[in-house]
Amino acid sequence: MPTFPADFTDLEPFADWSLETEAERYAKRLSSTMDELQTFYDAAFPRLADAMAYLDQLDLGALPENATRLLWLCYSLVNASFPVEVWRQSRVPDSGAASMQMLVEPAV
Amino acid sequence: MAHFPKPGAGSWTEHYPELGTGPVSYEDSISPEHYELERKAIFARTWLNVGRVEQIPRSGSYFTKEIHAAGTSIVVVRGKGGEIHAFHNICRHRGNKLVWNDYPGEETKGTCRQFTCKYHGWRYSTEGELTFVQQESEFFDLDKEDYGLAAIQVDTWEGFIFVNLDPDNTTSVHDYLGALGAGLAGYPFDEMTQVYKYRANVGSNWKLFIDAFAEFYHAPVLHAKQATAEESRKLSSVGFEALAYELDGPHGMVSSWGGMSPPKDLDMVKPIERVLHSGLFGPWDRPDVEGLDTLPPALNPARHKAWGVDSFVFFPNFMLLVWAPGWYLTYHYWPTSYNTHIFEGTLYFVPPKNATERLRQELAAVTFKEYALQDGNTLEATQTMLESRAVSEFPLNDQEILLRHLHKTARDYVGEHQTTTTPVRISAVS
Repeated sequence: MPTFPADFTDLEPFADWSLETEAERYAKRLSSTMDELQTFYDAAFPRLADAMAYLDQLDLGALPENATRLLWLCYSLVNASFPVEVWRQSRVPDSGAASMQMLVEPAV
Repeated sequence: MAHFPKPGAGSWTEHYPELGTGPVSYEDSISPEHYELERKAIFARTWLNVGRVEQIPRSGSYFTKEIHAAGTSIVVVRGKGGEIHAFHNICRHRGNKLVWNDYPGEETKGTCRQFTCKYHGWRYSTEGELTFVQQESEFFDLDKEDYGLAAIQVDTWEGFIFVNLDPDNTTSVHDYLGALGAGLAGYPFDEMTQVYKYRANVGSNWKLFIDAFAEFYHAPVLHAKQATAEESRKLSSVGFEALAYELDGPHGMVSSWGGMSPPKDLDMVKPIERVLHSGLFGPWDRPDVEGLDTLPPALNPARHKAWGVDSFVFFPNFMLLVWAPGWYLTYHYWPTSYNTHIFEGTLYFVPPKNATERLRQELAAVTFKEYALQDGNTLEATQTMLESRAVSEFPLNDQEILLRHLHKTARDYVGEHQTTTTPVRISAVS
């Protein structure tokens, strides 16, 4: 069964970026090479506006599973945009051993 | 060249002459002995913000808070009548920690009808009364009324829950927060219930991270790469000037401009921001809630049209940032030793109505972390070099007035506590 709604089958190769928590998304970003991040970004970024338009027609509090999966992928795109658009590396430069844990995040 | 007017005294710092303008010692941030004094003089005696009323929505909702600096753990709970109580998190029988899960040192939260000690099953109501003693008849003249939980002063201001561990405290939190607190009353904090909360262990004295967030002099430099290249060049050539600073008692605030919400020109921001209409300053569109059109008097005190964010430093360890586009952020700095602390950054938004609004908030939350990681790592570097004591005094500029004020306030609390608690020694005159 496809992960995402029918209009977004082109994102299927990136289904492993559809992750529920910030911790998972951030870990995936850190463990990816710049090539992998760039490939994901190049595929997902041009679809961001379409995804927003599609998801906005639905009730955010009662999204079907494939729409939730698409939203999670968009969250990953937000996270991956920093290395691609700004840092040119997966880690925040000069952040050394610093880490920050998300204790509370929205349910959806 | 000044872009924004300064007070008649010529500078913000000289407007408050008690601050002085000389170099500042950072011995207060590297001395274990001084930290021990701060624990007693500050953290055991002042109002500390431990959370928001939304964290305990119903009777029986509770959370625990570890306050290492005051040497205790507390339980905050909503009682049967909806009132809020705070107790030391200790069983009256033999001192076991009353509320915890799996790891005694970690904070927890939940909802319960009563608290039951894991050790011998003593039970307490949400009002703190001892209600059940296992094998009560084995005790000697035990009157349960004498063994309720040890209560702590608790008070709320604008939905923020504060505790004061000094049983002799006579100041309300409203009075403690003074004019800056009063001037924020009425802001729709209660509408902003969509929460992102981060925590980090930071290898620096607690005051150093407040320093980092209480001045924006560093922003065009440390965070240069976060803006587009051209914007970054402009920012660093202009530098940073605040719209206004205000000090009131131990508290202070800085009011800053913010051209990014929305930006004057879309080329000023990154591609993801252009699509989402959001960024460091939050979603560009204000949420549709009451109370944002007319701001309370403490916000944007210069009434400047370029206003972006106000940062309040409520002494000792609570910062509140209110952003022009209608959301807020809190910082807490919980010392764990003279050169370590736990940092908490919490973002509060009006709940999103759709996926687009949700994604805008996600971008603001992710951007916050990118910045805070840079800030946090710089602090460890500062702490270790301060501890070298190779240099002992440091010049602070006018845009660092809140740092000068914070360290002076902390030193004054310690000094005052020492004069009131140390017995006067009368030396024999020979």
